[in-house]
Amino acid sequence: MQDILEQYKTVLEPDVTQWFKVGVVEDFPQNSGACIKYKTKQIAVYNFTRTGKWYATQNLCPHKMEMVLSLGMIGDKDGIPKVACPMHKKNFSLEDGSNLGGEDLKIATYPVKIEEGNVYIGFSD
Amino acid sequence: MQKIIVVGNGMVGYKFCEKFVERPESKNFKITVFGEEPRPAYDRVHLSEFFENKDAKALEMAPREWYEEHGIELVTNERISDIHRSSKKVTSTKDVNYKYDYLVLATGSSPFVPNIEGIEKKGVFVYRTIEDLEDMLAYADKIQEGRDEKIKAAVLGGGLLGLEAAKAVMDMGFEPHVVEFAPKLMPRQLDTRGSKVLQEKIESIGINVHLSKATNKILGSDTITGMEFGEYDKIDVEMLVVSAGIRPRDELGKTCGLEMGTRGGIVVNNRMQTSDPEIYAIGEVALFNQMIYGLVAPGYDMAEVAVNQILGKTDVVMEDDIDMSTKLKLIGVDVASYGVPFMPVEKGYSIIFENKTKNLYKRINVSHDGKTLLGGILIGDASDYNMFHQIYLNGLPIPKDAEELVIGARGEGGSSFGSVLDIPDVAQVCSCESVTKGDICCSITDGDSKNLGDVIAKTKATTGCGGCKPMVVDLVNETLKSLGQEVKEVLCEHFSFSRQELYDLIKVNGVADYEEALNLFGEGHGCEVCKPALASIFATITMETPNRQPVIQDTNDRFLANIQRNGTYSIVPRVAGGEITPDHLIVLGEVAKKYDLYTKITGGQRIDLFGAQIHQLPIIWKELIDAGFESGHAYGKSLRTVKSCVGSTWCRYGMHESVTFAIEIENRYKGLRSPHKLKGGVSGCIRECAEARGKDFGLIAVEGGWNLYVCGNGGATPKHAVLFAEQLDDETAIKYLDRFLMYHIKTAGPLVRTAPWLEKLEGGIEYLKQVVIEDSLGIAEDLEKEMAELVGKYECEWKQAIENPEMMKRFKHFVNSDDTDDNLVFVPMRDQKMPKAWN
Ligand code: SRM
Ligand SMILES: Cc1cc2nc3c(=O)[nH]c(=O)nc-3n(C[C@H](O)[C@H](O)[C@H](O)COP(=O)(O)OP(=O)(O)OC[C@H]3O[C@@H](n4cnc5c(N)ncnc54)[C@H](O)[C@@H]3O)c2cc1C
Ligand code: SF4
Ligand code: FES
Repeated sequence: MQDILEQYKTVLEPDVTQWFKVGVVEDFPQNSGACIKYKTKQIAVYNFTRTGKWYATQNLCPHKMEMVLSLGMIGDKDGIPKVACPMHKKNFSLEDGSNLGGEDLKIATYPVKIEEGNVYIGFSD
Repeated sequence: MQKIIVVGNGMVGYKFCEKFVERPESKNFKITVFGEEPRPAYDRVHLSEFFENKDAKALEMAPREWYEEHGIELVTNERISDIHRSSKKVTSTKDVNYKYDYLVLATGSSPFVPNIEGIEKKGVFVYRTIEDLEDMLAYADKIQEGRDEKIKAAVLGGGLLGLEAAKAVMDMGFEPHVVEFAPKLMPRQLDTRGSKVLQEKIESIGINVHLSKATNKILGSDTITGMEFGEYDKIDVEMLVVSAGIRPRDELGKTCGLEMGTRGGIVVNNRMQTSDPEIYAIGEVALFNQMIYGLVAPGYDMAEVAVNQILGKTDVVMEDDIDMSTKLKLIGVDVASYGVPFMPVEKGYSIIFENKTKNLYKRINVSHDGKTLLGGILIGDASDYNMFHQIYLNGLPIPKDAEELVIGARGEGGSSFGSVLDIPDVAQVCSCESVTKGDICCSITDGDSKNLGDVIAKTKATTGCGGCKPMVVDLVNETLKSLGQEVKEVLCEHFSFSRQELYDLIKVNGVADYEEALNLFGEGHGCEVCKPALASIFATITMETPNRQPVIQDTNDRFLANIQRNGTYSIVPRVAGGEITPDHLIVLGEVAKKYDLYTKITGGQRIDLFGAQIHQLPIIWKELIDAGFESGHAYGKSLRTVKSCVGSTWCRYGMHESVTFAIEIENRYKGLRSPHKLKGGVSGCIRECAEARGKDFGLIAVEGGWNLYVCGNGGATPKHAVLFAEQLDDETAIKYLDRFLMYHIKTAGPLVRTAPWLEKLEGGIEYLKQVVIEDSLGIAEDLEKEMAELVGKYECEWKQAIENPEMMKRFKHFVNSDDTDDNLVFVPMRDQKMPKAWN
């Protein structure tokens, strides 16, 4: 279990070595999450149409180690974009991956860019 | 600058610091706290929660930074080993000396481990610190690895804490056994009859109880394999948690010559001073009135007294009478005792109510003149605990006929308690934080607080054991109401309307979808509260299925299946009324076999197939639909099942055809979305084999028709449905049901089932009868029409989904690959499979 979790480390935009194309904008449901695969990783991608912003995080919920975050409902808490895990409704910030309930659990985030209708996620491996 | 040293950073030591730094005079003092544990003080009362979330931080009383911000020096992982009273110094295990002007001993207690042969063996644990729990978890993992059978584990001690530990042991996957020396459980708080009822309840949740057992030996070579009580009397257990009482950690007092109790504990006066007036002792180490109080609330009071004494307010002293009322915090097992739980006849008399079929036991002790409540016991249903506790603490008047307190007032919907606002202002509502009713209400009337959140932030009420929460909520709401303020129930931060208001707004304005509703009436991006609530509203206005707006649905509705703990899904086809043909049964069996699904009969008289992956759902459903099945909506906040008994079709007692009627009703309301789930039942006679009175609506066949019952449920807070109308024919029964369900759907809050809805409905069941039967609001016809429209628009949402390629797109694990989730691990289980256990 632990080694599955350890694959996921936050990537910041300046550290991106590889922009991986995961599909076109229309492949992703609006105002919702969806899951993509990159090597052995599962990444949840979230499409906020109201602000036109995209976010990506690990799909693994660190609470019970289940690949489910992309299935959770998205929204915001006090203006911070978030996802609520479908299992026990723990809330994670999509900006920095922190747990909005104040617990220690944290998820890795990845940069997303949209170019000519294509969706890319930034990785450093 | 004077120096205070606090030894012990537990709950009470922390509370001392908190209360101290709140006082402006504290500026002239410097506090240093020593804690032997590696972490800053945490909430020991809720220690068992650590098993659920393994989150030590969530239990912290305050983070390390809090101590820094308040100028407190916190030294953890360091034990104080000596006190030198003449030079006013303490020495730590690191051999460093620290000087004090005042010394506060808050060293708590440690579990008492009886001197039993073999008790030092591996696999024997105590239950006090986070480290204890971590050790237990690691050990459990080790011995459970690779073994399918349930391993036995025991708890020594059947007291308050022992039972909590037993539940924890059970949740860790063991077969739990409680071993108690006394002939009854919770011997200190309960009388024999009450204890018996509790025992049955405890056994019914799967905890085995062994009473009157003196353990004389722990068996095994170096690891525990069993416990021996007598020569031929033993049990095999592979883990043991000792919970046999506590012993004060008074060793520092002993070595420096403070006055000690004969059976331990550092003696204090009512100012919390030990025999050395510059040394205070508080919490579980302090012996006050020849007692050690093993509860936090008295410890917090002691901290308050010590703070005042050191700051020169010497008139604040400890009261002689200490309230030892307690409530067990085991989910599903309500037990509470307050005041004098068992009482000699010469002091008063007792009224006892017992109902073994429901594991209910209530006892109240009343003074001879019948005017004062002296104490009591509640088992099976402790919902009245807060009110009884308040009556007892404040000597509030009780009904002339005291039995009403136990069995409720005669007549419909009567309550034996007045309004919460009747209790006096000085009444202590939150005993952990010493918050009075006055503190709570004034915080609102003074304008400091506007809502429950503010009140909690300002007064800290409910932040201790949390037992007072229901009462605080009531007080806040009642006070707001008394100020003429509408207690506005808003959905969430995105919509400041109630569900009922939004229902009307959306309907009247013909709002098209969630996004439009957010534009018109909301703000932000929404969240997991308002999205499904609005999805339900849309569905009950137009009967739209979750396929139209999938992303605002709860995850279950979005994928039309219940998500399971490993992220796979379950499949529950409708089996209306529980009636199924052999051919249909064979189809279910064949489908389950083909896709290797775990199969189980549900509590709702139908069959659940577990373990399907998201991409398999449509393929499986296609096969089921082709064979004539429909969605069972087991995932929805919607009609689930209408349970039936076989009725006059076969049963020799049956009065009417309950199966036929159950099927008709289930088919009528299938797919109907509601604020929470809806369940029904139809029984063929008063023997009630369909448990119709445990449902949101129930019909029971009687001479001359059906008796209709409404607003019951099983689940977490079971409630029997109440009689609504008698001897109805089929048609009238359905007419009333249409009106009742539609009225509930339009007016209930999100996730409020019919029983709690009725509880809050002003006027109660009588009012509901007026609306539904007598049409006092003149809306009955509309309600019927709206329901008829919804019924007419029903469509199986699974059929709809598999026939529409656009809708099908969502049943895929990855957007960019046809691979499936490769993280799923199943293990065998009794000829079927199950997900590998959570780590
Ligand atoms: C499968 C089943 C257990 C079983 O193996 O028998 C079950 C499974 C779940 N129940 Fe249940 N309940 C099942 C019958 C019941 C019953 C018995 C009954 O219906 O007669 C009850 C008590 C009766 C009642 O509801 O009044 C019951 C009371 C609950 C409750 C508590 C409701 C309450 O008002 O307190 C919850 C929690 C909730 O709804 O918030 C719950 C929630 C759940 C959830 C949805 C938990 C979750 O969120 O995942 C489980 C879904 C698992 C799944 O994938 O199906 N389940 N659940 C039963 C499905 C019945 C069916 O055919 O649809
Ligand atoms: C599982 C569990 C459930 C409970 N449930 C309830 C409940 O429902 N209601 C209720 O009222 N109470 C409950 N209690 C009891 C409650 O937790 C205690 O009453 C409370 O923690 C007492 O606080 P304290 O500060 O006196 O002792 P503690 O919290 O034990 O703190 C004492 C601290 O001092 C440290 N210490 C000891 N000696 C030294 C030394 N020489 N130098 C440095 N540090 C030292 C200890 O390591 C410890 O951290 C429960 C307890 C447990 C274990
Ligand atoms: S929710 Fe229902 S099915 Fe799930 S564990 Fe609890 S009681 Fe059992
Ligand atoms: S698995 Fe995500 S919150 Fe529990």
